[in-house]
Amino acid sequence: MTLMEPRKHGSASDSAVGSRLSRLDGRLKITGGATYALEQPVENVAHAVLVPATIGAGRVVSIDTSAAEASPGVRLVITPQTEMGLLVSGDWGGNRPEIVPYHPLSLDVTYNGQAIAAVIAETIEQAAEAARLVKVEYEEGAVVVDLFDPKANNRKSLDQMAVKWGDAEAAFAGAAVQVEAEYRTPREYHVPIEPHGLIAEWSGDQLTVWEPSQWTHGMARMYSEWFDLPLENVRVISPFIGGGFGSKGAPYFYGAVAIFAAKVLQRPVKLAVTRSQGFTAYGGRASTQQTLKLGASEDGKLQAIIVDGANETSTYADFTEQTEAATPLMYAVENFRSSHTLVKTNTVTPGALRAPGKNPSAFGIESAMDELAYKLGMDPLELRLKNYADHDYQSGKPWSSRRLREALETGAERFGWSRRSHAPRSMKEGRTLIGWGIGCGTFPNLRNSAEALIRILPNGRVEVESGSIDMGQGTYTIVAQTAADALGVPVDLVDVKLGDSLWAGAPVAGGSMLASSITGAVHKAAVAAREELIALALTEEGSPFRETGANTLSIENGRITTSIGDGPALDFATFLRQVRRESLEVRRDTLPEGTKPADANKFWTTMANVQGPTATDFSVHSWGAHFVEVKVDEDFGTVRVSRIVSAFDCGLIYNPKLAESQWRGGIIMGIGQALLEEGLIDPRNGRVINNNLGDYLVPTNADVPHIEVISVGEPDLEASVLGGKGVGEVGIVGVAPAIANAVFHATGKRIRDLPLTLDKIL
Amino acid sequence: MREFSYSLAASLEDAAHRAKAAGALLIAGGTTLLDLAKCGVTEPEAVVDISKLTGFGEIEVTDGGVKIGALARMSDVAEHAELQQYFPAVTQSLSLAASAQLRNMATIGGNLLQRTRCNYFRDPAAFPACNKRNPGSGCSALGGVTRNHAVLGVSEHCIATYHGDLAVALTAFDAVIELTGREIGIEDFFLLPGDTPDRETVLQPGEIITGIRIAATPAARKSLYLKVRDRQSYEFAAASAAVGLELEADGGTIRDIRVALGGVATKPWRARAVEQALIGKTLTEDTVREASRLAVEGAVAHGDNAYKIDLVPRVVARAILTVGGLA
Repeated sequence: MTLMEPRKHGSASDSAVGSRLSRLDGRLKITGGATYALEQPVENVAHAVLVPATIGAGRVVSIDTSAAEASPGVRLVITPQTEMGLLVSGDWGGNRPEIVPYHPLSLDVTYNGQAIAAVIAETIEQAAEAARLVKVEYEEGAVVVDLFDPKANNRKSLDQMAVKWGDAEAAFAGAAVQVEAEYRTPREYHVPIEPHGLIAEWSGDQLTVWEPSQWTHGMARMYSEWFDLPLENVRVISPFIGGGFGSKGAPYFYGAVAIFAAKVLQRPVKLAVTRSQGFTAYGGRASTQQTLKLGASEDGKLQAIIVDGANETSTYADFTEQTEAATPLMYAVENFRSSHTLVKTNTVTPGALRAPGKNPSAFGIESAMDELAYKLGMDPLELRLKNYADHDYQSGKPWSSRRLREALETGAERFGWSRRSHAPRSMKEGRTLIGWGIGCGTFPNLRNSAEALIRILPNGRVEVESGSIDMGQGTYTIVAQTAADALGVPVDLVDVKLGDSLWAGAPVAGGSMLASSITGAVHKAAVAAREELIALALTEEGSPFRETGANTLSIENGRITTSIGDGPALDFATFLRQVRRESLEVRRDTLPEGTKPADANKFWTTMANVQGPTATDFSVHSWGAHFVEVKVDEDFGTVRVSRIVSAFDCGLIYNPKLAESQWRGGIIMGIGQALLEEGLIDPRNGRVINNNLGDYLVPTNADVPHIEVISVGEPDLEASVLGGKGVGEVGIVGVAPAIANAVFHATGKRIRDLPLTLDKIL
Repeated sequence: MREFSYSLAASLEDAAHRAKAAGALLIAGGTTLLDLAKCGVTEPEAVVDISKLTGFGEIEVTDGGVKIGALARMSDVAEHAELQQYFPAVTQSLSLAASAQLRNMATIGGNLLQRTRCNYFRDPAAFPACNKRNPGSGCSALGGVTRNHAVLGVSEHCIATYHGDLAVALTAFDAVIELTGREIGIEDFFLLPGDTPDRETVLQPGEIITGIRIAATPAARKSLYLKVRDRQSYEFAAASAAVGLELEADGGTIRDIRVALGGVATKPWRARAVEQALIGKTLTEDTVREASRLAVEGAVAHGDNAYKIDLVPRVVARAILTVGGLA
């Protein structure tokens, strides 16, 4: 889609990048003008409804579909016995086994809520009723409910993830002050307000899928592999996404079911995952457990960190929630050791949820540092500054930039940290206990290549086209800002088209890597377009600049003119007419030099070429520090977050308004994680029993206090073309421990398992 | 598609007549019915719409008290200025309930009849055993996740909590429920689960709630609804208390006190033992705290909900202290 009529708000500077331009998609969204995937007006759609398992483990003995098939309006019933003829797709690295069949539905039940069958009917009501009539008989097996189930003995140690330097065990044993504690986080869910689902439509061997997607190219690739199609035959369209948080980056089994049904029925099929099914149709954040040991000298110098972590995964696939991801990066320490274990439970395979790994990891290390501060009798801020890491101890490389000290100092000043009294329960207002806490966070800077297409249209407008997506983080807006700056045009001359896998290549909108990747490509394409315009103006017949004798020209505010401004000034539409050009089109990419065209797709459709934080001579990360005030009712143990100040180093900020909004969103999600969010699992059959928004609690507006966010970053040209580092993920990292530390300060109670509900604090 | 008939009731008598038929259900605001139909608990064959009936949506304040029509919306009652003055606990209980959108739709009569949020009751596919849905089938909550289940008024057949707020405030002030053909005190209107948890009220087939009466009393005027929960809005109570207080002319001796509990019992729960322990006593924090412990006499925990037994006396005490000006 194309976004028109962008408007500037706030203090727009001369340079578009860095200005507080409001989201170009905002008006469409709040007026209902944005058409989401499941709202696409596709003719003659049939509706698919899934039939979920009601046991936690075992085997389907029989499926009786006769009543469902006889039910009014039913066109098709798909079961594990249906021969679908699909092939397994490659993994995120693009590695693909040869010709292995893929079965989206299975007779083996490995988690409660697993889809056993699907019913496709003329209307959604008919399909839902027929789905109820599918009779499934099971042979029940023993259910491993969670990480702590005594039956959870299928464990796998991930030796390749172990990190070690120095001799942590000896240093810990010899340390004057020791902290040893276990921290736990429960299953957490994305619960995006736009539920998952898709509309699939075939035209011959051409497949179109309307589906909310954080990665149109990657999903198109996986669909093409499942259905054994050339990549270019699959089109994934996703102009708007109503919240993804990591859950919309890959296709899931139900996509295969809907596409298969559309093929069989030779008509479009819509499959909408219900709110309740959203708790099991794809995975949330795995529950985690980690044991941390910190050893320090009496004056508070860290000597050893040991972390042994674990997360649950499904019985059929490994997903790692790396509880040691942030731990080695935060502090100066000469001795470190970590290990990670996967524990197989009867759950859907967990997935990536905002700041995977770094988030629970920070809950551990940032809580443990607070515990150490209290053992030492030292201010938690002072302890952090005392152990400030001046380089990356894990890789041994220098930081490209790490303004975490500035984040801590600026945050502390704005928060008024110096007025804090150290002792727990020492700050009180009536029957309310007040606590102040700190938590720090980090997220690695990931990089990938991207491409961008820029057109100068006959009417003089500039169109930028990319297959990347905007899920509210602001891609439409920063792409327009970047193109405007590089071309020399006002932002409102630029139209941005996103969210179609047939368009220019882009990496996943995940791992905070899209903004820097896409602005790099757009910048390059726009600079090239500018150069081409100038070259045309200097040489092309009909151009008034041909006779000026200038050897270069300038483009400012959408007009081509001589560098000293003494010649003609032409807008693009006039210029194109004068040189008798219909339009101008420039495509550029940021692929490594010498990449063969045949290999380019791998950059957009797999994770194989993602550059990690230490791919160069530097260690490149975003940083943040949160200062939190909580008020805890002394009778009830209810925690209210009353104030937050957070300071971040994310390098250059492309658009402060959007970055602040992302940070606030992450912080609010962190409040939910700290105080409310927890999948409740029935101990007998593994069912997620609070699988709805009335029972799975996320923060309401009433739970969100004033949040002050501050950028302390400076452009980091090791991180990206324009100097930005990732923004989206780091906002949540460190929020939960900051709140837990504040609750300790308020109450004297150290809660080490999230969420901090009143029953734990009473 | 599961077919059901829908019809508008022509009159109260017409509605009562049609509601007698097996499989028939009344609909007013529809917030509970729609919810229960979606999770497969309720499968009506006939839906009789009473929302267009006139004469049952008014709020009439007289010297003696108030009469609230059963079809008044939650938001209408919550925002009624005179009720806020004479029955603050009642209007607060509504303001703190549900969400603004639900309060704009849901009616007072339907609010009283809302059903439990017990996750086992609400998930028939995965938990066929539920004595409330299917008498004699067993209770899936026993041995399950019970953080939100009741500790008071439970039986071996059912531990589902009555989660409403309004009925708790009404119970504190002895509201009278007006039905077609009779009226009944609110405490007698709701039933304990006992061995018939499927029977939640005394309503007979075809009987309809037409209104609620609350007498104006000094205790109702000096009252408070305190709702304690992890989330600040749109969550059912971990524990709540509706409290009303009347002091003697000396300003310290308790003449009348009303205490009812929500979120912790199988029905709106009147804590008479607390009331009796305090009448005639001087209002002090120690006295109130000690008496409040009586609120959980006879309470039974089932695993995760044990914290409610600790929480309830604190909620009761704070509510009394707050309304008495001591907190």
